[in-house]
Amino acid sequence: MSEAAAVQSTGYNFAYLDEQTKRMIRRAILKAIAVPGYQVPFASREMPLPFGWGTGGIQVTAAIIGADDRLKVIDQGADDTTNAVSIRRFFARTAGVATTTRTTDATLIQTRHRVPETPLGPHQILVYQVPIPEPLRWLEAREAETRRMHGLADYGVMHVKLYEDIAQHGRIATGYDYPVQVGQRYIMAPSPIPKFDNPKMDRCPALQLFGAGREKRIYAVPPHTPVKSLDFEDHPFSVETWSKRCSLCGAGDSYLDEVIMDDTGRRMFVCSDTDYCAERRAAGHRGEGDGA
Amino acid sequence: MIDKTSRDGLAPGFRSPVPDAQQTFRRLMDAFARPGTIVDLAAELAPPTSLMPAAAAVLLTLADLDTPVWLDPRLGGEAAGYLAFHCGCAFVEPLDQATFGVLVDGTDVRCLDGFAVGDADFPDRSATVVIQVDGLRADGGVRLNGPGIDGQAMLQVDGLDARFWTFQAGNRMLFPLGIDVVFASGRQLAALPRGIAAMAG
Repeated sequence: MSEAAAVQSTGYNFAYLDEQTKRMIRRAILKAIAVPGYQVPFASREMPLPFGWGTGGIQVTAAIIGADDRLKVIDQGADDTTNAVSIRRFFARTAGVATTTRTTDATLIQTRHRVPETPLGPHQILVYQVPIPEPLRWLEAREAETRRMHGLADYGVMHVKLYEDIAQHGRIATGYDYPVQVGQRYIMAPSPIPKFDNPKMDRCPALQLFGAGREKRIYAVPPHTPVKSLDFEDHPFSVETWSKRCSLCGAGDSYLDEVIMDDTGRRMFVCSDTDYCAERRAAGHRGEGDGA
Repeated sequence: MIDKTSRDGLAPGFRSPVPDAQQTFRRLMDAFARPGTIVDLAAELAPPTSLMPAAAAVLLTLADLDTPVWLDPRLGGEAAGYLAFHCGCAFVEPLDQATFGVLVDGTDVRCLDGFAVGDADFPDRSATVVIQVDGLRADGGVRLNGPGIDGQAMLQVDGLDARFWTFQAGNRMLFPLGIDVVFASGRQLAALPRGIAAMAG
Protein backbone atom coordinates (compact mmCIF):
# COMPACT_ATOMS: atom_id res chain seq x y z
CA MET A 1 0.00 0.00 0.00
CA SER A 2 1.76 3.07 -1.15
CA GLU A 3 0.46 6.54 -0.96
CA ALA A 4 0.41 8.65 -4.07
CA ALA A 5 2.78 11.57 -4.21
CA ALA A 6 1.08 14.53 -2.65
CA VAL A 7 0.96 17.89 -4.30
CA GLN A 8 3.88 19.97 -3.22
CA SER A 9 3.12 22.97 -1.07
CA THR A 10 4.15 26.33 -2.40
CA GLY A 11 6.00 28.99 -0.46
CA TYR A 12 8.77 26.69 0.72
CA ASN A 13 12.04 25.66 -0.83
CA PHE A 14 12.18 22.05 -1.97
CA ALA A 15 12.23 19.86 1.16
CA TYR A 16 11.70 22.88 3.42
CA LEU A 17 15.33 23.76 4.20
CA ASP A 18 17.04 26.64 2.41
CA GLU A 19 19.97 25.80 0.14
CA GLN A 20 22.66 27.22 2.39
CA THR A 21 21.47 25.03 5.24
CA LYS A 22 21.45 22.02 2.94
CA ARG A 23 25.02 22.73 1.88
CA MET A 24 26.09 22.94 5.52
CA ILE A 25 24.39 19.62 6.31
CA ARG A 26 25.74 18.01 3.15
CA ARG A 27 29.29 18.98 4.08
CA ALA A 28 28.74 17.47 7.54
CA ILE A 29 27.38 14.26 6.02
CA LEU A 30 30.44 13.80 3.81
CA LYS A 31 32.79 14.28 6.77
CA ALA A 32 30.64 11.88 8.79
CA ILE A 33 31.00 9.25 6.07
CA ALA A 34 34.76 9.86 5.89
CA VAL A 35 35.13 9.31 9.65
CA PRO A 36 32.65 6.52 10.43
CA GLY A 37 31.08 6.78 13.88
CA TYR A 38 32.47 10.24 14.65
CA GLN A 39 29.84 12.81 15.56
CA VAL A 40 30.16 15.83 13.28
CA PRO A 41 28.79 19.04 14.81
CA PHE A 42 26.33 20.87 12.58
CA ALA A 43 24.23 24.01 12.84
CA SER A 44 20.92 22.32 13.52
CA ARG A 45 17.98 24.50 12.52
CA GLU A 46 14.68 25.08 14.18
CA MET A 47 12.15 22.93 12.41
CA PRO A 48 8.38 23.26 12.38
CA LEU A 49 8.16 20.61 15.09
CA PRO A 50 9.91 20.39 18.44
CA PHE A 51 13.26 18.84 19.18
CA GLY A 52 12.64 15.26 20.23
CA TRP A 53 10.29 14.65 17.32
CA GLY A 54 12.96 13.68 14.88
CA THR A 55 14.32 17.04 13.82
CA GLY A 56 17.83 15.66 13.33
CA GLY A 57 16.63 12.87 11.09
CA ILE A 58 14.35 15.27 9.24
CA GLN A 59 17.21 17.67 8.51
CA VAL A 60 19.39 14.85 7.21
CA THR A 61 16.54 13.57 5.07
CA ALA A 62 15.80 17.07 3.79
CA ALA A 63 19.43 17.55 2.76
CA ILE A 64 19.61 14.36 0.74
CA ILE A 65 16.09 13.72 -0.58
CA GLY A 66 15.35 14.21 -4.27
CA ALA A 67 12.26 14.26 -6.41
CA ASP A 68 12.85 10.67 -7.55
CA ASP A 69 13.14 9.24 -4.03
CA ARG A 70 10.51 7.08 -2.42
CA LEU A 71 10.35 7.74 1.30
CA LYS A 72 9.34 5.43 4.12
CA VAL A 73 9.14 6.65 7.72
CA ILE A 74 8.83 4.37 10.72
CA ASP A 75 8.42 5.02 14.40
CA GLN A 76 9.13 2.01 16.63
CA GLY A 77 8.78 -0.12 13.51
CA ALA A 78 5.33 1.19 12.65
CA ASP A 79 4.38 3.23 9.60
CA ASP A 80 1.10 4.42 11.10
CA THR A 81 2.10 6.10 14.35
CA THR A 82 1.90 9.86 14.85
CA ASN A 83 5.56 10.66 14.35
CA ALA A 84 5.85 8.52 11.23
CA VAL A 85 2.66 9.85 9.67
CA SER A 86 3.51 13.49 10.29
CA ILE A 87 7.09 13.23 9.00
CA ARG A 88 5.97 11.34 5.91
CA ARG A 89 3.35 13.97 5.23
CA PHE A 90 5.87 16.75 5.87
CA PHE A 91 8.06 15.50 3.02
CA ALA A 92 5.13 14.68 0.77
CA ARG A 93 4.05 18.31 1.13
CA THR A 94 7.37 20.13 1.11
CA ALA A 95 9.22 17.96 -1.41
CA GLY A 96 6.36 16.38 -3.34
CA VAL A 97 8.08 12.99 -3.09
CA ALA A 98 6.42 9.63 -3.32
CA THR A 99 6.02 7.79 -0.04
CA THR A 100 5.58 4.15 0.75
CA THR A 101 5.19 1.84 3.72
CA ARG A 102 6.91 -1.07 1.99
CA THR A 103 10.52 -1.47 3.04
CA THR A 104 11.52 -3.02 -0.27
CA ASP A 105 10.03 -0.13 -2.30
CA ALA A 106 11.75 2.64 -0.35
CA THR A 107 14.95 4.36 -1.47
CA LEU A 108 15.12 6.40 1.71
CA ILE A 109 13.92 5.23 5.12
CA GLN A 110 13.79 7.53 8.12
CA THR A 111 13.47 5.65 11.35
CA ARG A 112 12.87 6.21 15.01
CA HIS A 113 14.07 3.38 17.24
CA ARG A 114 14.01 0.41 14.87
CA VAL A 115 15.85 -1.09 11.91
CA PRO A 116 13.43 -2.78 9.49
CA GLU A 117 13.32 -6.57 9.67
CA THR A 118 13.58 -6.88 5.89
CA PRO A 119 17.28 -6.72 5.00
CA LEU A 120 18.24 -3.44 3.32
CA GLY A 121 19.93 -3.23 -0.07
CA PRO A 122 22.73 -1.07 -1.47
CA HIS A 123 20.25 1.25 -3.20
CA GLN A 124 18.73 2.26 0.14
CA ILE A 125 19.66 4.83 2.75
CA LEU A 126 18.61 4.54 6.38
CA VAL A 127 18.31 7.78 8.37
CA TYR A 128 18.09 7.41 12.15
CA GLN A 129 16.53 9.94 14.49
CA VAL A 130 18.85 10.28 17.45
CA PRO A 131 18.01 11.85 20.84
CA ILE A 132 21.40 11.49 22.59
CA PRO A 133 24.23 10.94 20.12
CA GLU A 134 26.98 10.72 22.73
CA PRO A 135 27.35 7.13 24.01
CA LEU A 136 29.58 8.32 26.85
CA ARG A 137 27.22 11.06 28.04
CA TRP A 138 25.74 9.09 30.95
CA LEU A 139 29.24 8.27 32.13
CA GLU A 140 30.82 11.69 31.62
CA ALA A 141 28.63 14.79 31.49
CA ARG A 142 31.25 17.20 30.14
CA GLU A 143 31.31 17.57 26.36
CA ALA A 144 34.98 18.64 26.34
CA GLU A 145 35.86 15.43 28.19
CA THR A 146 33.84 13.05 26.02
CA ARG A 147 35.25 14.72 22.92
CA ARG A 148 38.76 14.16 24.22
CA MET A 149 37.94 10.55 25.11
CA HIS A 150 36.82 9.94 21.52
CA GLY A 151 39.91 11.71 20.22
CA LEU A 152 42.17 9.43 22.23
CA ALA A 153 39.95 6.35 21.82
CA ASP A 154 39.95 6.29 25.61
CA TYR A 155 36.96 4.02 26.08
CA GLY A 156 37.89 2.25 29.32
CA VAL A 157 35.00 3.85 31.17
CA MET A 158 32.47 2.26 28.83
CA HIS A 159 33.87 -1.18 29.48
CA VAL A 160 33.81 -0.49 33.21
CA LYS A 161 30.13 0.38 32.89
CA LEU A 162 29.39 -2.86 31.08
CA TYR A 163 31.47 -4.76 33.64
CA GLU A 164 29.53 -3.19 36.50
CA ASP A 165 26.34 -4.35 34.81
CA ILE A 166 27.66 -7.88 34.91
CA ALA A 167 28.80 -7.53 38.52
CA GLN A 168 25.39 -6.24 39.62
CA HIS A 169 22.98 -8.08 37.34
CA GLY A 170 24.97 -11.03 36.09
CA ARG A 171 24.67 -9.78 32.53
CA ILE A 172 24.98 -6.61 30.47
CA ALA A 173 21.67 -4.98 31.30
CA THR A 174 21.55 -2.46 28.45
CA GLY A 175 18.64 -3.37 26.21
CA TYR A 176 18.48 -0.45 23.81
CA ASP A 177 20.94 2.15 22.50
CA TYR A 178 23.49 -0.59 23.11
CA PRO A 179 26.95 0.88 22.39
CA VAL A 180 28.80 -0.23 19.28
CA GLN A 181 32.27 0.28 17.90
CA VAL A 182 32.39 1.31 14.26
CA GLY A 183 35.24 0.21 12.03
CA GLN A 184 37.37 -0.62 15.09
CA ARG A 185 37.63 3.04 16.03
CA TYR A 186 34.78 5.18 17.34
CA ILE A 187 32.30 4.03 19.93
CA MET A 188 28.90 5.12 18.72
CA ALA A 189 25.35 5.29 20.02
CA PRO A 190 23.16 3.38 17.56
CA SER A 191 20.18 5.51 18.73
CA PRO A 192 17.57 3.86 20.96
CA ILE A 193 17.06 0.84 18.75
CA PRO A 194 16.67 -2.42 20.69
CA LYS A 195 19.93 -4.35 20.83
CA PHE A 196 18.04 -6.89 18.72
CA ASP A 197 18.71 -4.56 15.77
CA ASN A 198 22.42 -4.06 16.40
CA PRO A 199 23.53 -7.04 14.28
CA LYS A 200 21.62 -5.56 11.32
CA MET A 201 23.93 -2.56 11.35
CA ASP A 202 27.02 -4.70 10.96
CA ARG A 203 28.31 -4.69 7.38
CA CYS A 204 24.91 -3.45 6.20
CA PRO A 205 24.92 -2.87 2.42
CA ALA A 206 22.91 0.35 2.90
CA LEU A 207 24.38 3.68 3.96
CA GLN A 208 23.31 4.56 7.51
CA LEU A 209 23.07 8.22 8.54
CA PHE A 210 22.27 9.54 12.01
CA GLY A 211 20.87 12.97 12.86
CA ALA A 212 20.51 14.48 16.32
CA GLY A 213 18.68 17.81 16.09
CA ARG A 214 18.76 19.04 19.65
CA GLU A 215 22.32 17.88 20.21
CA LYS A 216 23.39 19.14 16.76
CA ARG A 217 25.34 16.11 15.60
CA ILE A 218 25.43 14.05 12.42
CA TYR A 219 27.22 10.74 12.10
CA ALA A 220 27.33 7.87 9.68
CA VAL A 221 28.16 4.25 9.05
CA PRO A 222 29.22 3.62 5.44
CA PRO A 223 28.05 0.44 3.70
CA HIS A 224 29.81 -2.83 4.56
CA THR A 225 31.45 -1.28 7.61
CA PRO A 226 31.95 -3.50 10.68
CA VAL A 227 29.74 -2.46 13.60
CA LYS A 228 30.60 -4.41 16.73
CA SER A 229 28.38 -4.45 19.80
CA LEU A 230 30.65 -4.13 22.84
CA ASP A 231 30.98 -7.22 24.97
CA PHE A 232 33.41 -9.45 26.84
CA GLU A 233 34.79 -12.83 25.81
CA ASP A 234 33.03 -14.54 28.71
CA HIS A 235 29.89 -12.43 28.33
CA PRO A 236 29.36 -12.29 24.59
CA PHE A 237 26.79 -9.96 23.08
CA SER A 238 23.40 -11.55 22.59
CA VAL A 239 20.01 -10.30 21.46
CA GLU A 240 16.56 -10.60 22.98
CA THR A 241 14.60 -13.78 22.39
CA TRP A 242 10.94 -14.51 22.91
CA SER A 243 9.19 -17.71 23.91
CA LYS A 244 6.23 -16.63 21.76
CA ARG A 245 5.79 -15.99 18.07
CA CYS A 246 3.93 -13.07 16.53
CA SER A 247 0.21 -13.60 17.17
CA LEU A 248 -0.73 -12.12 13.81
CA CYS A 249 1.82 -13.50 11.35
CA GLY A 250 3.54 -16.26 13.31
CA ALA A 251 7.01 -14.79 12.76
CA GLY A 252 9.62 -16.20 15.10
CA ASP A 253 12.48 -14.04 13.86
CA SER A 254 11.23 -10.51 14.40
CA TYR A 255 11.22 -8.07 17.30
CA LEU A 256 7.97 -8.49 19.20
CA ASP A 257 5.93 -5.93 21.12
CA GLU A 258 3.84 -7.11 24.04
CA VAL A 259 0.29 -5.81 23.87
CA ILE A 260 -2.06 -5.94 26.86
CA MET A 261 -5.45 -7.07 25.60
CA ASP A 262 -7.81 -6.53 28.52
CA ASP A 263 -7.94 -5.92 32.27
CA THR A 264 -7.72 -9.61 33.11
CA GLY A 265 -4.10 -9.69 31.98
CA ARG A 266 -4.50 -11.30 28.59
CA ARG A 267 -1.69 -10.30 26.32
CA MET A 268 -0.39 -10.93 22.87
CA PHE A 269 2.93 -10.50 21.11
CA VAL A 270 3.02 -8.85 17.69
CA CYS A 271 5.75 -7.77 15.30
CA SER A 272 6.95 -4.25 15.97
CA ASP A 273 7.71 -3.91 12.25
CA THR A 274 4.23 -3.41 10.80
CA ASP A 275 5.33 -3.75 7.18
CA TYR A 276 7.14 -7.02 7.86
CA CYS A 277 4.08 -8.40 9.64
CA ALA A 278 1.69 -7.26 6.91
CA GLU A 279 3.89 -8.69 4.16
CA ARG A 280 4.01 -12.04 5.94
CA ARG A 281 0.24 -12.11 6.40
CA ALA A 282 -0.22 -11.19 2.74
CA ALA A 283 1.98 -14.16 1.90
CA GLY A 284 -0.36 -16.41 3.86
CA HIS A 285 1.44 -16.73 7.19
CA ARG A 286 -0.83 -16.78 10.21
CA GLY A 287 -0.20 -16.58 13.93
CA GLU A 288 -2.16 -18.27 16.68
CA GLY A 289 -3.96 -15.15 17.79
CA ASP A 290 -5.15 -14.05 14.38
CA GLY A 291 -8.42 -15.97 14.49
CA ALA A 292 -8.25 -16.53 10.76
CA MET B 1 23.31 22.91 -25.09
CA ILE B 2 24.44 25.64 -22.73
CA ASP B 3 26.20 28.67 -24.09
CA LYS B 4 29.76 28.65 -22.90
CA THR B 5 29.54 32.26 -21.94
CA SER B 6 26.63 34.52 -21.38
CA ARG B 7 26.48 38.11 -22.51
CA ASP B 8 28.86 39.44 -19.90
CA GLY B 9 31.35 36.63 -20.30
CA LEU B 10 30.32 34.76 -17.16
CA ALA B 11 29.50 31.10 -17.72
CA PRO B 12 26.21 29.99 -16.13
CA GLY B 13 26.04 27.77 -13.06
CA PHE B 14 23.48 25.05 -12.51
CA ARG B 15 20.44 25.49 -14.71
CA SER B 16 18.15 24.44 -11.84
CA PRO B 17 20.20 25.06 -8.72
CA VAL B 18 18.03 23.13 -6.25
CA PRO B 19 17.56 19.79 -8.07
CA ASP B 20 20.97 19.97 -9.76
CA ALA B 21 22.75 20.45 -6.44
CA GLN B 22 20.70 17.65 -4.88
CA GLN B 23 21.48 15.26 -7.73
CA THR B 24 25.16 16.14 -7.63
CA PHE B 25 25.29 15.70 -3.89
CA ARG B 26 23.59 12.31 -3.94
CA ARG B 27 26.10 11.02 -6.47
CA LEU B 28 29.00 12.53 -4.57
CA MET B 29 27.66 11.01 -1.34
CA ASP B 30 27.45 7.66 -3.08
CA ALA B 31 31.07 8.07 -4.19
CA PHE B 32 32.12 8.87 -0.60
CA ALA B 33 30.09 6.00 0.85
CA ARG B 34 31.46 3.49 -1.69
CA PRO B 35 35.03 4.49 -2.50
CA GLY B 36 36.09 3.23 -5.89
CA THR B 37 32.65 3.88 -7.33
CA ILE B 38 32.77 6.20 -10.31
CA VAL B 39 29.69 8.36 -10.59
CA ASP B 40 28.48 10.45 -13.51
CA LEU B 41 27.37 14.03 -13.15
CA ALA B 42 23.63 14.37 -13.65
CA ALA B 43 23.46 18.10 -14.21
CA GLU B 44 24.30 20.03 -17.35
CA LEU B 45 27.19 22.35 -16.69
CA ALA B 46 29.64 24.28 -18.84
CA PRO B 47 32.13 26.04 -16.56
CA PRO B 48 35.23 27.94 -17.75
CA THR B 49 37.53 25.62 -19.66
CA SER B 50 40.13 25.19 -16.91
CA LEU B 51 37.45 23.73 -14.62
CA MET B 52 36.04 20.33 -15.40
CA PRO B 53 32.24 20.10 -15.12
CA ALA B 54 32.49 17.51 -12.33
CA ALA B 55 34.89 19.65 -10.31
CA ALA B 56 32.76 22.74 -10.78
CA ALA B 57 29.63 20.82 -9.79
CA VAL B 58 31.20 19.70 -6.50
CA LEU B 59 31.96 23.30 -5.57
CA LEU B 60 28.60 24.63 -6.75
CA THR B 61 26.99 21.98 -4.54
CA LEU B 62 29.10 22.39 -1.40
CA ALA B 63 30.99 25.67 -1.35
CA ASP B 64 29.53 28.94 -0.13
CA LEU B 65 30.37 31.96 2.00
CA ASP B 66 31.18 29.68 4.95
CA THR B 67 33.89 27.73 3.13
CA PRO B 68 37.22 29.28 2.18
CA VAL B 69 38.49 27.77 -1.07
CA TRP B 70 42.06 27.35 -2.26
CA LEU B 71 42.36 27.39 -6.03
CA ASP B 72 45.35 26.13 -7.92
CA PRO B 73 46.71 29.36 -9.53
CA ARG B 74 46.88 27.49 -12.83
CA LEU B 75 43.06 27.41 -12.90
CA GLY B 76 43.16 31.07 -13.80
CA GLY B 77 41.06 34.10 -13.08
CA GLU B 78 38.07 33.04 -15.12
CA ALA B 79 37.55 29.95 -12.95
CA ALA B 80 37.99 32.03 -9.80
CA GLY B 81 35.48 34.59 -11.03
CA TYR B 82 33.03 31.84 -11.90
CA LEU B 83 33.22 30.27 -8.44
CA ALA B 84 33.22 33.63 -6.67
CA PHE B 85 30.01 34.58 -8.44
CA HIS B 86 28.12 31.29 -8.25
CA CYS B 87 29.29 30.06 -4.82
CA GLY B 88 30.02 33.35 -3.10
CA CYS B 89 33.06 31.69 -1.59
CA ALA B 90 36.18 33.45 -0.37
CA PHE B 91 39.57 32.38 -1.70
CA VAL B 92 42.53 31.85 0.56
CA GLU B 93 46.24 31.49 -0.16
CA PRO B 94 47.39 29.52 2.90
CA LEU B 95 46.46 25.90 2.20
CA ASP B 96 45.69 25.13 5.82
CA GLN B 97 42.87 27.67 5.93
CA ALA B 98 40.95 26.13 3.06
CA THR B 99 37.85 23.99 3.47
CA PHE B 100 38.04 23.04 -0.19
CA GLY B 101 40.99 22.87 -2.52
CA VAL B 102 41.03 22.42 -6.28
CA LEU B 103 44.03 21.13 -8.21
CA VAL B 104 43.97 21.82 -11.93
CA ASP B 105 45.57 18.46 -12.68
CA GLY B 106 47.21 15.54 -10.94
CA THR B 107 50.74 16.07 -12.20
CA ASP B 108 52.08 17.54 -8.97
CA VAL B 109 50.40 16.73 -5.70
CA ARG B 110 53.09 17.91 -3.29
CA CYS B 111 50.83 20.72 -2.07
CA LEU B 112 48.45 18.18 -0.50
CA ASP B 113 50.66 18.07 2.58
CA GLY B 114 49.68 21.65 3.35
CA PHE B 115 45.93 21.19 3.77
CA ALA B 116 44.24 21.00 7.16
CA VAL B 117 43.81 17.46 8.49
CA GLY B 118 41.64 18.37 11.48
CA ASP B 119 42.60 17.67 15.07
CA ALA B 120 41.92 14.83 17.47
CA ASP B 121 38.89 16.59 18.94
CA PHE B 122 37.51 17.71 15.58
CA PRO B 123 38.71 15.47 12.75
CA ASP B 124 35.92 16.93 10.59
CA ARG B 125 37.79 20.25 10.42
CA SER B 126 39.81 18.98 7.52
CA ALA B 127 40.00 19.92 3.87
CA THR B 128 38.26 18.23 0.97
CA VAL B 129 40.48 18.47 -2.10
CA VAL B 130 39.24 18.08 -5.65
CA ILE B 131 41.92 16.86 -8.06
CA GLN B 132 41.20 17.08 -11.77
CA VAL B 133 42.56 14.04 -13.57
CA ASP B 134 42.63 12.67 -17.12
CA GLY B 135 40.47 9.62 -16.61
CA LEU B 136 38.82 7.30 -14.10
CA ARG B 137 38.27 3.59 -14.57
CA ALA B 138 37.11 0.87 -12.21
CA ASP B 139 39.23 -1.87 -13.79
CA GLY B 140 42.86 -2.05 -12.81
CA GLY B 141 44.90 0.58 -11.06
CA VAL B 142 45.09 0.51 -7.30
CA ARG B 143 43.34 -1.86 -4.95
CA LEU B 144 41.21 -0.07 -2.35
CA ASN B 145 39.84 -1.30 0.90
CA GLY B 146 38.29 0.32 3.95
CA PRO B 147 34.94 1.67 5.13
CA GLY B 148 32.30 1.49 2.42
CA ILE B 149 34.03 -1.20 0.40
CA ASP B 150 32.85 -4.80 0.36
CA GLY B 151 36.16 -6.64 0.28
CA GLN B 152 38.07 -4.56 -2.21
CA ALA B 153 37.56 -2.16 -5.10
CA MET B 154 39.78 -1.18 -7.99
CA LEU B 155 40.37 2.35 -9.19
CA GLN B 156 42.53 3.50 -12.09
CA VAL B 157 43.25 7.22 -12.05
CA ASP B 158 44.87 8.49 -15.24
CA GLY B 159 47.15 11.51 -15.16
CA LEU B 160 47.87 11.26 -11.45
CA ASP B 161 51.31 11.78 -9.94
CA ALA B 162 52.49 8.42 -8.59
CA ARG B 163 53.53 10.25 -5.42
CA PHE B 164 49.84 10.65 -4.65
CA TRP B 165 49.61 7.06 -3.46
CA THR B 166 52.55 7.59 -1.13
CA PHE B 167 50.75 10.64 0.18
CA GLN B 168 47.53 8.68 0.67
CA ALA B 169 49.36 5.96 2.60
CA GLY B 170 50.54 8.63 5.04
CA ASN B 171 47.14 10.32 5.01
CA ARG B 172 45.50 7.08 6.01
CA MET B 173 47.98 6.61 8.85
CA LEU B 174 46.65 9.86 10.32
CA PHE B 175 43.13 8.44 10.59
CA PRO B 176 40.78 9.68 12.00
CA LEU B 177 42.55 12.85 10.85
CA GLY B 178 43.40 13.44 7.22
CA ILE B 179 42.11 15.10 4.09
CA ASP B 180 39.42 13.68 1.83
CA VAL B 181 40.08 13.62 -1.90
CA VAL B 182 37.64 13.81 -4.79
CA PHE B 183 38.88 12.94 -8.28
CA ALA B 184 37.13 14.72 -11.12
CA SER B 185 37.48 13.74 -14.74
CA GLY B 186 35.24 15.44 -17.26
CA ARG B 187 31.77 14.63 -15.99
CA GLN B 188 32.88 11.80 -13.70
CA LEU B 189 33.69 11.73 -10.00
CA ALA B 190 35.29 9.30 -7.58
CA ALA B 191 36.07 9.86 -3.92
CA LEU B 192 38.89 8.72 -1.70
CA PRO B 193 38.01 9.41 1.94
CA ARG B 194 40.92 9.50 4.39
CA GLY B 195 40.37 6.02 5.81
CA ILE B 196 40.83 4.13 2.56
CA ALA B 197 43.92 1.99 2.06
CA ALA B 198 45.26 1.92 -1.50
CA MET B 199 47.73 -0.70 -2.65
CA ALA B 200 49.30 -1.23 -6.02
CA GLY B 201 46.99 -3.56 -7.96
